[in-house]
Amino acid sequence: MRNVYIVGTGATPVGEHWDRSAASLAVEALAAALGDIPASRVGALYVASALNGSLEVQSQVGPMVATAAGISGIEAVSIEAGTASGGVALRQACLAVASGIVDLVAVVGVEKTTDVLDARRERALALAGDAEWEAIHGVTTTALWAMLMRRYMHNYGYGIEDFAPFPVNAHANGVANPNAMYRFAITADKVRSAPMVAEPLGLLDCSTAADGAAALLIASEGLARDVSAAPVRVAASAVATDTLALHSRHDPLWLSAVAHSTATALRAARMTHRDIQVLDVTDPHSITAALVLEAGGFAERGAAVALARDGAITPKGALPLATGGGCKARGDAVGANGIYQVVELVAQLRGQAGAAQVAGASVALAQCIGGIGATAATHILTME
Amino acid sequence: MMKPERPVGIAGYGVYIPRFRIAAREIARIWDGAGGVPVDSKSVPGPDEDTITMSIEAARSALARARLAAGRLSAVWVGSESHPYSVKPSGTLVAEALGATPWVSAADWEFACKAGSEALTAAMGMIGSGMAEYVLAIGADTAQGRPGDALEYTAAAGAAAFLVGPAADAVAVIEGTTSYVTDTPDFFRRADTAYPVHGHRFTGEPAYFSTSRGAAERLLNDLGAKPSDFTYAVFHQPNARFPQTVAKQLGFTPQQIAPGLLSPKIGNAYSAAALLGLCAVLDVAKPGDTIFMATYGSGAGSDAYALRVTDALVERRERAPLTTAYLARETFVDYAVYAKWRGKLVMG
Amino acid sequence: MDLAKHWRIRHARYRLEGQRHRTTGEVRFPPAPLRPGEAHDSWEPYVLSGRGRVYSFSIVRQPPEGYDEQAPYLIALVRLEEGPLVTAQLTDCDLDQVTIDMPVEMVTRKLRALGPTGLIVYGYKFRPVV
Repeated sequence: MRNVYIVGTGATPVGEHWDRSAASLAVEALAAALGDIPASRVGALYVASALNGSLEVQSQVGPMVATAAGISGIEAVSIEAGTASGGVALRQACLAVASGIVDLVAVVGVEKTTDVLDARRERALALAGDAEWEAIHGVTTTALWAMLMRRYMHNYGYGIEDFAPFPVNAHANGVANPNAMYRFAITADKVRSAPMVAEPLGLLDCSTAADGAAALLIASEGLARDVSAAPVRVAASAVATDTLALHSRHDPLWLSAVAHSTATALRAARMTHRDIQVLDVTDPHSITAALVLEAGGFAERGAAVALARDGAITPKGALPLATGGGCKARGDAVGANGIYQVVELVAQLRGQAGAAQVAGASVALAQCIGGIGATAATHILTME
Repeated sequence: MMKPERPVGIAGYGVYIPRFRIAAREIARIWDGAGGVPVDSKSVPGPDEDTITMSIEAARSALARARLAAGRLSAVWVGSESHPYSVKPSGTLVAEALGATPWVSAADWEFACKAGSEALTAAMGMIGSGMAEYVLAIGADTAQGRPGDALEYTAAAGAAAFLVGPAADAVAVIEGTTSYVTDTPDFFRRADTAYPVHGHRFTGEPAYFSTSRGAAERLLNDLGAKPSDFTYAVFHQPNARFPQTVAKQLGFTPQQIAPGLLSPKIGNAYSAAALLGLCAVLDVAKPGDTIFMATYGSGAGSDAYALRVTDALVERRERAPLTTAYLARETFVDYAVYAKWRGKLVMG
Repeated sequence: MDLAKHWRIRHARYRLEGQRHRTTGEVRFPPAPLRPGEAHDSWEPYVLSGRGRVYSFSIVRQPPEGYDEQAPYLIALVRLEEGPLVTAQLTDCDLDQVTIDMPVEMVTRKLRALGPTGLIVYGYKFRPVV
């Protein structure tokens, strides 16, 4: 299998784009990723969206984006895996290029969540769980994470205030990201005093779903050196799954898809945890980030929150997280998050992350999960 | 008096009363109720409860007391004036939830507050004729009263289930029953209207009292019995006063009716009202005790029963929660919460 | 209107009927289809007791469509005494009364109505033991 490179990135700001359709956002991101490369050179297109079918009542997002981009006819695939959609789409793109079948592939993640009212959006987000045995009870993804947070606090003796470093870090980093939805810092006090959304999750420990599109151009080695001054190699790409429903898990606090996907990726890249210098993981809530870090092997079980409390997740720490603002400050573009993560990490590897730059970052890990980790997609990126 | 060829009885019984209450004074606060209130409080069903859910719980307790496998039921009958569907029987869902399907008969009954005893009498016939071994007769209601109307103070919720079977397997043998029915429009609700209407004082002597006395006196007469022959008596209880008055008219004492008088605390549970009183009596009765019951349903009719407690009651009664366990669960809500839960707010 | 999809799992929803493995005795809930390679009679219907303990819980204050009028409501993960973990609402319970490991019992309640003229979906919830 050939090496695979990221040769272009593009993204729209994440926000409430009342006057923009999904297709128009997607094309904007794609155009930015293409730069001077004509769209007609792209051999295949992978489009990720978690909610376009349910909220926009529009399926076949692959042909939808291809049509809007003027390249209908291309091999275009629609991918859905909840909030892991972006990562899973990138995986397909990597497979296509690595196999030798295509040399240049575009991956676009796009989401429109603001065309509907809150209750409909909550219901759609819950599609990532089990419809018959979870959603029917009025359970939301947020509520499931809240239950895990409470159990985690019970098991390891944490208080709610111990989790504040996650959203505080995310917002601090979001200031430096021009595409972030929220570009202001917040304090631990504000996190503590925010109203409850689903006890013990408060408003400032919950991401806001919004609209946005992000895109990547993936190329084979030969082509990469031609078209890009600073190509980033995808050293590993791995997708794993877990049971659909949280209650089916052996240990609800262990995200085994994250564990498998991370282990597979590290093995493929011939790296260890210590080699990873900057990470972006799905983090709509602090508990999500904590459990992901632990299952990924970056922290002992029960210790991720303590690590964050001690400053490990800031750009100067040992486990820099959410350097683009994460779900909380960059904004939660749901199915497109996985692509936003990679766009931000590529900026890190190219030294273009401004105030949120991790000094000398040359190896990054991007990971997105769908639902409560029913799908996990991990990519390791290196600047060579 | 009607008495089947084969002796029949109650093999198991079960109750359900919601935990929520509203104080009558709270209703009076909103509607400026002058003078006294007809009960202290009434039960209020929670937003996830209805006639079906309450029937299921009461029925589960009845089966548990008898240790009867649901597959042996020949019929599951639910009497109510607040079935969740106008067309689709509560009985099928209750039967399904109990595990009694598919070899079972299931249907709904209606006769205002005596819909449950309708099912009980019919069950006596099914068992007594040998057509069936066991039948569940349930009375359950989540009654609605027009806001501001006198009946709003008492329209309450509850369920009582009786597993009717052969007398040999009974905790209480049913000696016989009498039904007294006339066409009397004291209280009724037209189809497709939300709230019933009633004839105020017309609901008293010409309806509740004469009908209840009609059935009761006939049964006493046919049995050759006097009120003092019975240990306990239970009457339909639309408020606190009516059952006490009819008991006195018939010659029953306050002591006889006390254990079965629940309306002061829970209001009028309609199809479950008298039946819940009977269950409360069964919770405390001793083998050999005799119980007289007269239900009442507007429209109008009364079913009177004479029962005799057996030795089996003592052990079986402990196998499921007693009525007092449900009576002790009291969480008071205010009129706003009550109105929201009872669907009295116009939502669009 | 969703009819068949609720109807076909009514036994599990109304009375917590799961499955027990004929050989290993393992009890699972909810019931699940046979996996490739499993003998067709590997699992038999099994009604769980409904007794369990709260593994964790939360309160939904931002409800999904269809549950707006219920909010705020308690949801929980309940560890049933036979082993399985189940997701359900808690009922008959004050919002501040719930603790981890609290014993609960299953009750059959209304989950939701599919609109003012549609099906009423009934199913399991859990409450503090009466």
